[in-house]
Amino acid sequence: MSRLSGVFSDLRNKNRKVLIPYVVAGDPSPEGTVALLHSLVDAGADVLEVGVPFSDPMSEGLVIQKAHERALTNGMTLQRVLDMVRAFRRDNETTPIVMMGYANPIERFGYDAFAAASAEAGVDGLITVDLPPEEVSAIDGALESVGLDNIFLISPTTPEARIQTIVERARGFIYYVAVRGVTGSGQLDADEVARSVSVIRQKTTLPIAVGFGIKDATSAAAVAASADAVVVGSALIAEMEQKAQSGVDLEEIQIHGAAVKMLQSIRAGVDSLPS
Amino acid sequence: MNSKVTSELLASMPDAQGRFGRFGGKFVAETLMSALTDLEALYCRLREDAAFQQEFDQDLAHYVGRPSPLYEASRLSDAIGGGRILLKREDLNHTGAHKVNNTIGQALLAKHMGKKRVIAETGAGQHGVASATVAARLGLECHVFMGEEDIRRQSLNVYRMKLLGAEVISVTSGSRTLKDAMSEAMRDWVTNVDNTFYIIGTVAGPHPYPMLVRDFQSVIGREARAQCLAQRGTLPDALVACVGGGSNAIGLFHPFLQDKEVAMYGVEAGGKGLDTGEHAAPLSVGTPGVLHGNRTYLMQDEDGQILETHSVSAGLDYPGVGPEHAWLKDVGRVQYVAANDDEALAAFHRLTRVEGIMPALETAHAMAHAEKLAAQMTSDQSIVVNLSGRGDKDILTVAALDGIEV
Repeated sequence: MSRLSGVFSDLRNKNRKVLIPYVVAGDPSPEGTVALLHSLVDAGADVLEVGVPFSDPMSEGLVIQKAHERALTNGMTLQRVLDMVRAFRRDNETTPIVMMGYANPIERFGYDAFAAASAEAGVDGLITVDLPPEEVSAIDGALESVGLDNIFLISPTTPEARIQTIVERARGFIYYVAVRGVTGSGQLDADEVARSVSVIRQKTTLPIAVGFGIKDATSAAAVAASADAVVVGSALIAEMEQKAQSGVDLEEIQIHGAAVKMLQSIRAGVDSLPS
Repeated sequence: MNSKVTSELLASMPDAQGRFGRFGGKFVAETLMSALTDLEALYCRLREDAAFQQEFDQDLAHYVGRPSPLYEASRLSDAIGGGRILLKREDLNHTGAHKVNNTIGQALLAKHMGKKRVIAETGAGQHGVASATVAARLGLECHVFMGEEDIRRQSLNVYRMKLLGAEVISVTSGSRTLKDAMSEAMRDWVTNVDNTFYIIGTVAGPHPYPMLVRDFQSVIGREARAQCLAQRGTLPDALVACVGGGSNAIGLFHPFLQDKEVAMYGVEAGGKGLDTGEHAAPLSVGTPGVLHGNRTYLMQDEDGQILETHSVSAGLDYPGVGPEHAWLKDVGRVQYVAANDDEALAAFHRLTRVEGIMPALETAHAMAHAEKLAAQMTSDQSIVVNLSGRGDKDILTVAALDGIEV
């Protein structure tokens, strides 16, 4: 059993919703990313989603775009993201890590080489935003051969017949995009999310995570009522950005603290659901 | 050329997956997949629909002013003293460039889909103006995404778009040019996909855009082929067109692909020189990768990050290129070369002074290469150059480069 399915089934048995924070590797700094990941686990993260910086992140809203830009300015590369995962694994062998990014850096690295290096570093799954099922064949086999879960997105615009095609290819979990739009945008409609989640559930037993548009404890709790997992990204990064701008001589741990505090509050919101 | 590539194959691309060999495809987020599938289904039906084609042809005739002339640049040809240079006068189209051929076609698609809002990306502003124009004519809401840097250097076109009722949105991310305008347009499309039609201005982007933009622009090559046969009794020896995303080039080239005797040259922006890194020539020195929904040649670094480009012409300032060009390069049917900023500027002045035709700076790149080519030819040979746009929009840029205050 993969680390991901282990965590999902374990927490399902315990009636605990899976909380997945997203941060961009190398933001605010490459030196601090591993510490930030550990802090997020301490604050209640069950799975970590690590963004791989790309120069043209087309599905990201402004907050995450800027995080990608900062990370690249800080000299991040795909190899360095893998090195961070390896460093994280020295002190944590249990929390699954999913990498989320765009096809081009991976294609440049080489799909087979990337799959092998990811597995060796301790990555558990991959979301490639611009590799829909039509284009995924280049990487799918490579990931499967090293036991990595390839995670697909389903959106509010995905027709039912297509949902079937996607769930047949998917491993690990399904990532449902809650809003029509880029990350951090839009007004979340929890009822619409619940309806879509129930449509997807009829077609798969894979756990369903919901992301995009979750801003705080309230919206996280609303989504967790129907989903197995909640992904929160822009809200955490915006908190860190705001903190970083609030003073000149801040230690990085203080900036991380803003995200940690936000995640703790979201954890409490999600856990307050009646089981 | 690769002997396994038959002329039938050249004319039949893309395949059902939207691939031109290993290039093209649909590398987009899931939210856009169903919009692309719908567009593909509609377009595949309408391209066989006589009434749709007739509506398109009528608009091209009476609104755009087609056919555009094929004009022999006699004084320029005489001055060079080699092959004859024939200019396909797309600069004489309504709005002053080839871009309108495509926006007329896509606006008809938007109308058939019942979309009330259109968006577009633009570099030099010609596609933005052409989109704003068709939106005004059909009463559609129009938003044009344009890099902050391009807004500065193409201020006349920005004002034209505003006069036409479009909202011009300044894009301040990345290099603040065409690449970033396209990313931002795709972000808008993801957000408003239910009511919005995205009018892509070039033969790039996800399938079916490279195919449908090519089809709409192919009127250029069909006319040029017939005009050349009528005027000279023979096909040209060579075709030359500038290549940014590559829509004017593919429009000229595609109807000639099966004419083996016709050589083809796509001219990229060599910027300050290919060896300086400051250029926009992915076919000349780039490597394959994935950007903006398709696999193609890109300017990228070793880590797969897209590089910033440089060209004196905003319309060529793009790190990628249409996937069909990438394929035509690989199979050897088209040769891709580059002209530098300085060469383009010199060609701009020469055509203006010798023929009284002021080309767009994009087009001037094609002229620069055509002049070199003509010099190596004999007087019974001929070159058709796609004079893709007029240069009025570039007057301030040219003045600044020449150190003149207007």
